Amino acid sequence: MSAVVSLEDVHKSFGALKVLNGVSFDVRKGQVVAIIGRSGSGKSTALRCINRLETIDHGRIEVCGHVVSDERVDLNRLRRDIGIVFQSYNLFPHLTVEENISLGPRHAKGMPLAEARRITTEVLSRVGLLDKLHAYPEQLSGGQQQRVAIARSLAMSPQVMLFDEVTSALDPHLTGEVLRVIEQLAAGGMTMILVTHEMAFARKVADVVIYMHEGRVWETGAAALLSSPATSELQQFVGVTL
Amino acid sequence: MMGYKLEFADVLAQWPLFVQGAWMTIQLSALAVVLGFTIGTLCAIGRRSRYRLLSFACGTYVEAVRNTPLLIQIFIVFFGLSSAGFKIPAFAAALVALVLNVGAYTCEIMRAGMDAVHKGQIEAAECLGLRRAQVYWHVILRPAMEKVDPALTSQFVLLMLASSITSQIGVEELTAVANRVQSDTYRSFESFIVVAVIYIVLSWMMRGGLWAIGQVVFTRRRKLGTLA
Amino acid sequence: MGGAFNVNHFNFMLTGAVWTVGLSLIAFAGGGLLGFAIALARVSRNRLLRWPATVYVQLVQGTPLLIVMFLCYFGLAMLGLNLPAIVAAGLSMTIYVGAYAGEIWRGCIQSVPRTQWEAAECLALRRWQRMRLVILPQAARIATPPTVGLMVQVVKNTSLASIVGFVELTRAGQLVNNSIVAPLLVYMLVAGIYFALCFPLSWWSRKLEVRLNFAHRRQPDLAFAPA
Repeated sequence: MSAVVSLEDVHKSFGALKVLNGVSFDVRKGQVVAIIGRSGSGKSTALRCINRLETIDHGRIEVCGHVVSDERVDLNRLRRDIGIVFQSYNLFPHLTVEENISLGPRHAKGMPLAEARRITTEVLSRVGLLDKLHAYPEQLSGGQQQRVAIARSLAMSPQVMLFDEVTSALDPHLTGEVLRVIEQLAAGGMTMILVTHEMAFARKVADVVIYMHEGRVWETGAAALLSSPATSELQQFVGVTL
Repeated sequence: MMGYKLEFADVLAQWPLFVQGAWMTIQLSALAVVLGFTIGTLCAIGRRSRYRLLSFACGTYVEAVRNTPLLIQIFIVFFGLSSAGFKIPAFAAALVALVLNVGAYTCEIMRAGMDAVHKGQIEAAECLGLRRAQVYWHVILRPAMEKVDPALTSQFVLLMLASSITSQIGVEELTAVANRVQSDTYRSFESFIVVAVIYIVLSWMMRGGLWAIGQVVFTRRRKLGTLA
Repeated sequence: MGGAFNVNHFNFMLTGAVWTVGLSLIAFAGGGLLGFAIALARVSRNRLLRWPATVYVQLVQGTPLLIVMFLCYFGLAMLGLNLPAIVAAGLSMTIYVGAYAGEIWRGCIQSVPRTQWEAAECLALRRWQRMRLVILPQAARIATPPTVGLMVQVVKNTSLASIVGFVELTRAGQLVNNSIVAPLLVYMLVAGIYFALCFPLSWWSRKLEVRLNFAHRRQPDLAFAPA
């Protein structure tokens, strides 16, 4: 099994602030990787570098055969292969759920309308919101909006999906419905990288857990890692979080 | 009123002229709004550009127009260009000046609207693999327009009123008609009262028309009644 | 004058510019007072004040300044008053600026949060005291940037006084051009002088707006005549 995503010695600074300090890891096809760590540990930045929302200072990132760290990478092709779901949903407020989802397939992929419609209903039923086809984002709850955002990414049939703290902005009673959708995707064999604060969830769905600290991969291993941390930093982190 | 009696009969007898003048005002304003909006929007995109020179050029144009009177702009386009060898008819000169004028104001308004579109929206669109132009079209322009729609409406009504100034280079619009009627009938005050009433009606019609366009274009507003 | 453009022409235009500034000050002072009254009347609870003020604003904002000027010019003549052009110009600018300033300031007064009224009420202040001691000072802060912006529009709008024969900057430019026939040069120069008068105000207005950090509650509806 080859790596779908691979980071090699990635460095990134914002001005004088060193955010990533030599990050390396591989994600294989079908794997679910959870990145955990304190805020400021660089986990979200690492995720954003993977689909080039941020450029890196040094190192190499490759995703599905695209060399992301190369300046000449075709961003539009790269991003058709990577889906990302944001903490703040970022649905387009002026478009209906259907228009939000079909925008990418229709205009980035140039799909005919009927085909885009078919895909829209398919992904929307996967997240259980088929009845919201013609609703506007503001008419939905936070959990529903986030599920639509997941559907919007799925509609591009990505090879990899990135989740950037997708439940952090939600009320506790709404996180469940979103996590269930992600769990289903994991069960369906989707390659995923999750930046998350939900330790119980990471333990449940992740094949690999990466603990980031001070811009490095501090500790990594199977989900069992969370029960038996090797370093005092992770021990402390898990202790505080659980 | 010191022996002066208002007498509208002679003035109102000239109603076909007023209709012609109003029609000219409407044509001039409609063309200026459509072209000015296009230029202004492009200019707003230009001002947000990464290319310093482009953004500087757009900024200079906007400042030059916003800090000089429309009357002078009209004179420069009409008399200035003709003295420099570019002879253009009064209507064309008036249109060019009005378009440049409203373009600059539209640019500032649209820029404010575009700046108000959240960065996350643009990132989300880019992550769907949309190209820059597609991102602008689908994710930036429409919400921006929706946000600044009231300001644009006010600006366009002001432009229609300001088109009265083009009478000064001989465009036969409403104000020019008023001048002609007052010199024919010697009923100056009455002539301008009549024209003022027509302008007020035109500005209400324009607000109504622009509101109706907004209702068609901004689907969400029509359906939910909410603002951007 | 006559012949080529010379320093006398330029001095004549500068004198015109002084009159432009003078008329602007008259318009701003007169329009400001009227506008203040309009703003207060528009937020008044008394319908007899609110209604006429609303009608006034509707009528003036639906009429071109040029028409207002003609109405004042011919209206004063109709009353048998033979007054210099600056009176008609000053009066029409006052009427016009009053409506726009009134609307801007009304918006500012209304953008002071409702809770401020309530808090003032709980201190047992009378309505006028609430307005004067609590609301207006806050509204004034909000109003500063758009008011400076309004001054730019006032300066530019005085150019229309040239049409009723008042010799300000634009009329001075026309007279110079009539004598030497170099429209591009003359009007570019006139535009340059207007720019020199207006740009500092525009810049100041923007700076005030940024400094007071009112960008998020800016009301784009406060735009003013593109003249």
